[in-house]
Amino acid sequence: MKRLTLLTAIGVAAALSAGANLSASAKPIDFDLPPDTAELKPGPNLEVVQGNCGACHSADYIQTQPIGPKFKKDFWTAEVTKMIKVYGAPIDEKDVPQIVDYLTATY
Amino acid sequence: MIPRRRFIAASGALAAGLGPLETLAETVTLPFENGVRPIVKYPQKRPMIGLTSRPPQLETPFAVFNDNVITPNDAFFVRYHLSNIPFGDIDPDTWTVDVKGKVNKPLKLKLADIKRMPSIELVAVNQCSGNSRGFSNPRVAGGQSGNGAMGNARWRGVPLKAVLDQAGVQAGAKQVAYAGFDGPVIDKTPKFVKALDIDHARDGEVMIAWQMNGADLPVLNGYPLRMVVPGWYGTYWMKHLNEITVLDGEFDGFWMKGAYRIPDTADAMIEPGTAPKATVPINRFNVRSFITSVADGARLKAGETTLKGIAFDSGSGIKQVDVSADDGKTWMPARLGPELGKYSFREWTLPVTLSAGGHVLKVRAVSNAGKTQPETAGWNPPGYMRNVIESVHVTAA
Repeated sequence: MKRLTLLTAIGVAAALSAGANLSASAKPIDFDLPPDTAELKPGPNLEVVQGNCGACHSADYIQTQPIGPKFKKDFWTAEVTKMIKVYGAPIDEKDVPQIVDYLTATY
Repeated sequence: MIPRRRFIAASGALAAGLGPLETLAETVTLPFENGVRPIVKYPQKRPMIGLTSRPPQLETPFAVFNDNVITPNDAFFVRYHLSNIPFGDIDPDTWTVDVKGKVNKPLKLKLADIKRMPSIELVAVNQCSGNSRGFSNPRVAGGQSGNGAMGNARWRGVPLKAVLDQAGVQAGAKQVAYAGFDGPVIDKTPKFVKALDIDHARDGEVMIAWQMNGADLPVLNGYPLRMVVPGWYGTYWMKHLNEITVLDGEFDGFWMKGAYRIPDTADAMIEPGTAPKATVPINRFNVRSFITSVADGARLKAGETTLKGIAFDSGSGIKQVDVSADDGKTWMPARLGPELGKYSFREWTLPVTLSAGGHVLKVRAVSNAGKTQPETAGWNPPGYMRNVIESVHVTAA
């Protein structure tokens, strides 16, 4: 499905700077999202969290959640459980307490 | 919202122990705990408040709402649910909308077919269900938006009714379910699908839109086609629309039965921290109003100043906007600007005289349906539908 557009890099830059709509060319669009702006903070079991969470969402989904004493182990347990039961995240049972520990200690 | 520029040279950032992602970062701080957000630049968008990168969620800087009652395309908020969004596969020449289910004649409509049909145009607010969630007290999980997950645009498209009529809805149809081309990263995540009752879907205003403020939809706002459901929360405004299914029962997918549910109470609110007894799918906006001309914490010149803002509801239209310059003790009616349509933001203005010192400014709207805004914020577990009377603290000198 993916075809290269005829727009040159200069053309893209000009179209963007003019506020023009790239899609006006009626060609498959050339559109890339910028890279993630947040990284997971260092903490215990970081690799386990990186391996389980990052495929579906960026780290800012975690980082922007409410913080404070009411948003510790129970909160993060509920969030990880939601990812597994509601969104079907393929997280090994043995990884769950490690992920919860990381989130509780780090955010 | 306090803009905070941090122009840090790469070497300085390394010396300060910051990672490469944090260099040259500009941030804003939304007025609630953990409210620091990066200012981010996306294709076809001006610098926006970045909530999340993947899937992307961008919030409109609030000052935009003071510039024009119509929100420009390059400043319109963005909210995706799932990360598999193959933008490179969008081809307007081959884009097809499947119309199927309980219809006499299933259709495969090309974008050009849809654009050839008689079109309608209307101005309507799109607002995220969770707009202002970051202000929930107690706080709740979810996208922690300030007040910028809303926007007002002039939409052009074909009524969903016209497409359904062309396909021939069969007797006994109950709902219309619809989906877009973006999807989940893993198969087990429920695809984002929404549904409307058949009568709503055929009301002649629910629209398959291909134009926004006179231009193609920005890619991040659903190019080439999106559903427009005037007066209803953004969750129903499906982006990258490519599938419409007429059902003879109630759609039972996760995004209707499991998510986007509100307490089944008169105002969708319950005692803070409790669980609702029963829930229903989120539906129409409640009434809201904002002061846009002065930000919280602003310093103004003492004397006369003209306050300006916006108000909207789910489509009865705005009857009256009242403003208080004394923390709600007395209220004055504002002058309403031109009506761009019953689903649009309605501008209001009011000259006030502020003596030297601190003032709490408030605004409240009354809809033609007789609804107004509460003095204290309601609460529900998902943090939806906030519409408290907003307060802005200013100092005049």
